[in-house]
Amino acid sequence: MSMFSKANKEALINPLNLNNPVVMQVLGICSALAVTAKLEPAIVMGLSVTIITAFSNLIISIIRNSIPNRIRIIVQLVVVAALVTIVSQVLKAFAYDVSVQLSVYVGLIITNCILMGRLEAFAMMNKPWPSFLDGIGNGIGYAIILVIVGFFRELLGSGTLLNMQVIPDWCYEHGYVNNGMMTMPAMSLIIVGCVIWAHRAYNKELS
Amino acid sequence: MEHLLSLFVRSIFVDNMIFAFFLGMCSYLAVSKTVKTALGLGVAVTFVLLITVPVDYLLQVYVLGPDCLVEGVDLSFLSFILFIAVIAAMVQLVEMIVERFSPSLYAALGIFLPLIAVNCAIMGASLFMQQRITMPDTNSQAITGIWDAVAYALGSGIGWLLAITCLAAIREKMAYTDVPRPLQGLGITFITVGLMAMAFMCFSGLNL
Repeated sequence: MSMFSKANKEALINPLNLNNPVVMQVLGICSALAVTAKLEPAIVMGLSVTIITAFSNLIISIIRNSIPNRIRIIVQLVVVAALVTIVSQVLKAFAYDVSVQLSVYVGLIITNCILMGRLEAFAMMNKPWPSFLDGIGNGIGYAIILVIVGFFRELLGSGTLLNMQVIPDWCYEHGYVNNGMMTMPAMSLIIVGCVIWAHRAYNKELS
Repeated sequence: MEHLLSLFVRSIFVDNMIFAFFLGMCSYLAVSKTVKTALGLGVAVTFVLLITVPVDYLLQVYVLGPDCLVEGVDLSFLSFILFIAVIAAMVQLVEMIVERFSPSLYAALGIFLPLIAVNCAIMGASLFMQQRITMPDTNSQAITGIWDAVAYALGSGIGWLLAITCLAAIREKMAYTDVPRPLQGLGITFITVGLMAMAFMCFSGLNL
């Protein structure tokens, strides 16, 4: 079997659009909503989840035949918790500001439903390499939604992108005002709702 | 006593798990189709919170904190693994108790009972509790003792219960409304929750 056979490609590409973990499977919503007030933490969060999904899928898939069925949830949780602890320590060491902004949501990657969902649905019954690709695909599918929501919230809420001002000063002088509502948690729900709306309207066969 | 009460009320309305922090969103959206099951899940979540948060508090204060077990050693980087293990064990326990004493509730909750283990509201409450221990006593969010942890857990659980019951009631009524096709189901639910979150924002001015 080649490295990028058709099935493997599907495992990688499908979660990006048609089977997106956030807007189609409704997994991992909590952090998608909470960390997207700015673009930077959204990107870091997306990357962390991608790495953790990929490697937890890989590890569980390697040991899948030796896990007793009754205690598989605990085994999965321990593997994920160990990976999350590593990522959290790395973030604290190299990107302290972002790790403060993300606060408890880094730890909450453990209980992110995308991870458990992919481990249960894919890694437990597939070989390591496709599982790894599936993990990367789902992580990126999740990151895309985070970046879209973070982009709109930061642009409209603070007039900046990645902390650089993009809305020119003359706009403010002529009475443009940042929409403070966008930085509030409530708006992220509504933006995700609109993203889902657009996604379903675009892929007509889904609704 | 005053601090306990303020912590309790704050965690229901101001620091609501769903509307302020979006914790436990997955099961919140999935189980909120009818009021009855929503209520059952809410009670189960409250119960698990009420046990795990105080246990995690004791672990954090007597085992994981700086200088607790061994002088000069801070074990708090182990908190993720330890907390999740406590939560998974407690959920298993609750599952066995519910199965033994109320088989009907056990059947109604189905897969969502074991899934409480990965409900972010439980883990989130423990992690917030860990943050709040370090706050100064004067802060109304600070958790200074085991009873504070109990009040915080109970308040968070009731806040979650309130939120899921409200959404289930709204969704039951919404079945009769004419929503644009691509927005039906998930899309409109998100927007409804957004509007509810805005309504709950007015509590944030509450001074306790």
